[in-house]
Amino acid sequence: MRVALFATCVNDALYPNTAIATVRLLERLGVRVDFPAAQTCCGQPQYNTGYRRLTEPLVNRMARAFAGYDYVVTPSGSCVAMVRENYPRIGAKARAEGRGDALTHAADELAPRVVELTEFLVDVLGVVDIGAYYPHTVTYHPSCHGLRVLGLGERPLRLLRAVRGLRLVELPGAEECCGFGGTFAVKNPDVSAAMGADKIAHAAATGAELLCGADNSCLMHLDGMLRRADSPLRTVHIAEILASTEQEAAV
Amino acid sequence: MSTPGALKTLSGGVYLGMPAFPEAARTSTHDARLRANLRRATHTIRARRADAVAELEDWPRLREAGKRIKDQTLRHLDRYLLQLEEKVTAAGGTVHWAADAAEANRIVTSLVRATGSTEVVKVKSMATQEIGLNEALEAAGIAAYETDLAELIVQLGQDRPSHILVPAIHRNRREIREIFRTQMARYGRPAPSDLTDSPADLAEAARVHLREKFLRAKVAVSGANFMVAETGTMVVVESEGNGRMCLTLPETLISVVGIEKVVPSWRDLEVFLQLLPRSSTAERMNPYTTMWTGTHRGDGPKEFHLVLLDNGRTATLADEVGRQALRCIRCSACLNVCPVYERAGGHAYGGVYPGPIGAILAPQLAGVGGTVEASLPFASSLCGACYEVCPVAIDIPEVLVHLREQVAEHNSGHRLERAGMRGATWLLDHPGALAAVERAAAKTRALHPRTLPLGPAKGWSESRDLPDFPARPFRDWWKANHTSEMSGE
Repeated sequence: MRVALFATCVNDALYPNTAIATVRLLERLGVRVDFPAAQTCCGQPQYNTGYRRLTEPLVNRMARAFAGYDYVVTPSGSCVAMVRENYPRIGAKARAEGRGDALTHAADELAPRVVELTEFLVDVLGVVDIGAYYPHTVTYHPSCHGLRVLGLGERPLRLLRAVRGLRLVELPGAEECCGFGGTFAVKNPDVSAAMGADKIAHAAATGAELLCGADNSCLMHLDGMLRRADSPLRTVHIAEILASTEQEAAV
Repeated sequence: MSTPGALKTLSGGVYLGMPAFPEAARTSTHDARLRANLRRATHTIRARRADAVAELEDWPRLREAGKRIKDQTLRHLDRYLLQLEEKVTAAGGTVHWAADAAEANRIVTSLVRATGSTEVVKVKSMATQEIGLNEALEAAGIAAYETDLAELIVQLGQDRPSHILVPAIHRNRREIREIFRTQMARYGRPAPSDLTDSPADLAEAARVHLREKFLRAKVAVSGANFMVAETGTMVVVESEGNGRMCLTLPETLISVVGIEKVVPSWRDLEVFLQLLPRSSTAERMNPYTTMWTGTHRGDGPKEFHLVLLDNGRTATLADEVGRQALRCIRCSACLNVCPVYERAGGHAYGGVYPGPIGAILAPQLAGVGGTVEASLPFASSLCGACYEVCPVAIDIPEVLVHLREQVAEHNSGHRLERAGMRGATWLLDHPGALAAVERAAAKTRALHPRTLPLGPAKGWSESRDLPDFPARPFRDWWKANHTSEMSGE
């Protein structure tokens, strides 16, 4: 099984610990993982802001960078959703505009192999207890694209429940959007902040020490709000919890 | 009845002179009372809808059927509309075709004038709001009285509707009592002097106030939820009985209906009469379903006019991605579940169609040229809750992004953003340059501020700290710790 890591641009530039944790976790489970250096970004910011044509070079880049791998493991639900749901649309529109099938082929060839981290663990490797140890109280926010586009469902929660020492507390209104939404956060800052304020209030009310998620872009928004509010609550990516063991604490 | 001057509408149901969504939302998100009213109302109906839908094991199949019936009908819309016209005419009705709001208003005004009446009673109708019919009638000296309870509250309060199903959702009962107490006397029977804010008291005051209008009215104006092509039958579903009064008592009935409301057959109603009430009011069945076919001697209105309204619908139909918005049955489930609607409120959308469906409908009916219309496709975090609850499976996020493309392409205000996006794509298509930028950011990280006063970072850092850059990007960690057999470039 040839497995590549798609770190995503946000993790590469801002949250390397999440990508490092993903590598360590996969290696601990016996998976040899590669990081093709030609990878950059899935193009979601451009696409969701209305710049579809500017996304096309990145679709091609992704397809080239990850050619030949059986799985492309990605610690970000929204980036996987971008590839799975929107790459075929980008291909279809290019074809409708008379620009051939190349993008459709690139999308069709890549999309089925790109998997979100918790999908890969639970569905492909078939593991739920991965020997992690994390002695903290944690609440989990399921980001919208993981929840509604990918249908991750119980996968992240099952993984967290199997972590030794971890106390999982339920987040009220968990299915509600945190208000990040990519460029939404800067184009509609007031509504975004109002949504974020409700999300962090719900998280704080659980008494958890950590607000866990599987999408660092959402967590970047929530962490920025928590720090602005001088809250003791911190955010953590699920990969960093799952990579922690009694021998080796979170990266 | 006089209504506020700001109610002039453009062709897509967007009000003139409204600010773009972000500016309007800047005010409304800080209105504590509005936020509390909306939160209570949307969360209540949201939970009830979920329960009502969960009762039906075949909901996903019903939803798929609703979607397919609408798509099939829209594909052959010309055929079904002609069949409808033929059947309505054969049953004694008269069919009028209106290309836009102005034409529809002219037709209705002249029909009312021909009756000699100077007032009409109205059944709640989005189509007549979209064209600004009440204002057009008022300009012609004809008073239009809304008879739906929430529409009455909006009209008496000289207010604007903020929700498709519950247009006064932004008001609580203390505010409603105040509106009834101070305004009812101006338009007819006053509210009782000992009016309390109990729902039963408020409903009774409205009932008594409206009864006088029902019994006097010679003309009624309605919309319709469905039009059955095979028999020319009109269908109105409602909860209060005011619709039944308006549709049966007056001598003349005028219905203004969007052309997308046609369904081929009565069998199709079976699907929609399950989908609609559970999605909108969370009821298994709505209390009143009124159906009529043309006119009948000695029973109901003597004259029936159907005004078929285009007003941007055929243009919407021409768009392969955007046309799915025409499947909408105006249930409001997407509004009730939307986190943006809940916090910004319906008025922030600047027109008669608020919420997620408004954000894809208004810019299509009116085009994305206006300030409000151009801002609406961006009034969403693309969380997808709307698509999940939509009873006819309109992929609202897909259409939003599709419309963002049109705005980004055609709106000169997006020039700087386009340049920025172009730069970002170049960088992201050159991993070496990207790595250099990441390294530079990492090296200077101690100097980065927590807030920035300019550009997109300003909107970000007004309420959030900027993230810290790490000591080194992931790709450098990888290089130091692994060798990559397949890495290119």
